[in-house]
Amino acid sequence: MALTQSDIDVEIKDLQDVYDKAVAGGAPVRHHPVRDYPPYRSSVLRHPKQPLVAVNGGDPETVELSGPVFGVTDITEIDNDLTRRHRGEPIGERMTVSGRLLDREGRPVRGQLVEIWQANAAGRYAHLREQHPAPLDPNFTGVGRTLTDDQGRYSFTTIKPGPYPWGNHTNAWRPAHIHFSVFGTAFTQRLVTQMYFPSDPLFPYDPILRSVTDRAARDRLVARYDHALSQPEFSLGYAWDIVLDGPSATWIEEGR
Amino acid sequence: MTERLLPTPSHTIGPFYGHALPFPGGGEVAPPGHPDTITLHGYVFDGAGEPIPDALLDFWQAAPDGSLDGAAGSMRRDPSTGGFLGRNGTDFTGFGRVATDADGHYALRTLPPGNSGLPYISVCVFARGLVHHLFTRAYLADGADPLLDSLPRVRRATLLATEGTHRTYRFDIRLQGEGETVFLEFR
Ligand SMILES: [Fe+2]
Repeated sequence: MALTQSDIDVEIKDLQDVYDKAVAGGAPVRHHPVRDYPPYRSSVLRHPKQPLVAVNGGDPETVELSGPVFGVTDITEIDNDLTRRHRGEPIGERMTVSGRLLDREGRPVRGQLVEIWQANAAGRYAHLREQHPAPLDPNFTGVGRTLTDDQGRYSFTTIKPGPYPWGNHTNAWRPAHIHFSVFGTAFTQRLVTQMYFPSDPLFPYDPILRSVTDRAARDRLVARYDHALSQPEFSLGYAWDIVLDGPSATWIEEGR
Repeated sequence: MTERLLPTPSHTIGPFYGHALPFPGGGEVAPPGHPDTITLHGYVFDGAGEPIPDALLDFWQAAPDGSLDGAAGSMRRDPSTGGFLGRNGTDFTGFGRVATDADGHYALRTLPPGNSGLPYISVCVFARGLVHHLFTRAYLADGADPLLDSLPRVRRATLLATEGTHRTYRFDIRLQGEGETVFLEFR
């Protein structure tokens, strides 16, 4: 029998209670989602049961303390403008999404690759496997790339993606989001995540967002409306900084 | 010491990254026709032993001379069409990206890594259903190694790529269950 939203709500609440109790009892705060999170059905067979094996990040010969680099040959000038890929303009609420890419010491990650992908304004991806019967937009593919500048800043021009249904359970809907893929100075800092929009009513129901059991951590996935980023007669501004986890070679040099 | 910033949480890559992240030539790290080229390949399996057709693998490794500096140009572009040109055939970028095919199979053509100690290629695994990526390593040779030596024999074997004919190395990744791959965390 297909699961309903209320079945999923109960599971989400139970796991939230377990986490909240553990933290109240002194357990460490979890900044990242729980890989074993049954309310998100696809996670059940796709997480390891064995604990992760720790690698000493203090050994400078560890290959993962360095990472891939990208440069001007890897992007084209309009890659960060998702509204200019086709002959016409995409339909939707035009936005400027901008923020800084930082490490945990607050240092900017410069010249690194930021990749995004998203649904169109109707909540449909330009992907053949996407079956949601919402209209495709011939003027929107929903893919962007950019390199961060000397302050670690990135900026994209795009349109606001729509929420969309998915098959996790009956009447499952994803809150509107933009997928981000980013690199740090070390491979250990690699991050793929999703950015959300303020006050989305779908937040409490979404098992993907709720797999991040820490409330403050979930809040860090939500962009802030920033009027200073809005451009007159053109776009609404959203600010979202990204902080990368994981040790790097520079982190060792500077003595942690 | 100043208060450290709190990290942005990870999220699953989801099912619809296909038009965004994979790029033509993502698995062609070796310059075309290079005589030292090796092929690292294998399958990605879930906890039921089924191949995963929508996993994405990022690879990072030392250059043959041991350099960890990498080089830009993995996704070299044509500014007039926006298309992908492939790497320039001389610089070794050290970075590869391959999505598994409908059989759950991937292949990476690269040059042997020259890192100190046993040669290995670092792998970062993404998939729908996997809410936080997983790191592992494909070791191309067995021997003394701080990580391998810390593991029981059965688990150690999951990090060793098996050498086949024609300079191929087979490296399967099992996300869960029997023969579960050793996944790493860096501290
Ligand atoms: Fe999505």
